[in-house]
Amino acid sequence: MTSVAPSARPRPMSPHLSVYRMQFTMVMSGFHRITGVGLVIGTLMFAWWIIAAGAGPEYFDVAQGFIGSWFGILLLLGWSFALFYHLCNGVRHMLWDIGIGLEIDGIKTGGVIMLATASALTLVSWIIAIASW
Amino acid sequence: MATSSSRLLTPLARARGLGSSKHGTDHWWMQRMTSIALVPLGLWFVFSLAALVGADHATVSVWLGSPWTATLMILFIVAGLHHASAGVEVIMEDYIQTKSAKVTAIIVQKFFFTVLAVISIVSVLKIAVGG
Repeated sequence: MTSVAPSARPRPMSPHLSVYRMQFTMVMSGFHRITGVGLVIGTLMFAWWIIAAGAGPEYFDVAQGFIGSWFGILLLLGWSFALFYHLCNGVRHMLWDIGIGLEIDGIKTGGVIMLATASALTLVSWIIAIASW
Repeated sequence: MATSSSRLLTPLARARGLGSSKHGTDHWWMQRMTSIALVPLGLWFVFSLAALVGADHATVSVWLGSPWTATLMILFIVAGLHHASAGVEVIMEDYIQTKSAKVTAIIVQKFFFTVLAVISIVSVLKIAVGG
């Protein structure tokens, strides 16, 4: 009988969030889901906006008033970045699905490109919004 | 010789490729299909809204009432809410432990997103067709 020699080091533990060192890739991945949930909440606001438009001018003014308030603008700011983040990261996911950029270097570079693109798109959309105010 | 894993499946089950859950890759595939559609639709929606900040009801009605906008908006509603429902379903599958609570939550969210989609589409049509 051969016996397995006891390991000098303890076996690695599974990545419990409280003891696992935070890494860029895991934060990016977690944020995809968080932005997804945020977009669902934003979707409720836009569905309300469209329903209000269908309901007529009086009710529409109520919805526009809320969206135009400081709290509404704050939601829009978060929503726009969440949408661009989720959209750009979704494109990354589709590229991974066809086997592009799956190496660790590609994933890190892609993440940086994605963050820069999402930030730029958010900025451009707000420049347009402020210009047409 | 067949491999051990393929021998566990009947030839018909293997051809159907539906796996143990009997749903196959349909959920995953629809999530990808809607995400492809949502890249152009999402960009169109955000930049359209950015140009409409603070607009009054008349302006928004003219915009939403044009056939192009109404068509794109309905496509956005269908793809967007299907994608939202698919995403919420996965989150519920991941985090709700009790089977009965999990199934109930998934049914409720599917009904919710379906009703929300229909109400939103009716609102668009009311402006586009009802004038």
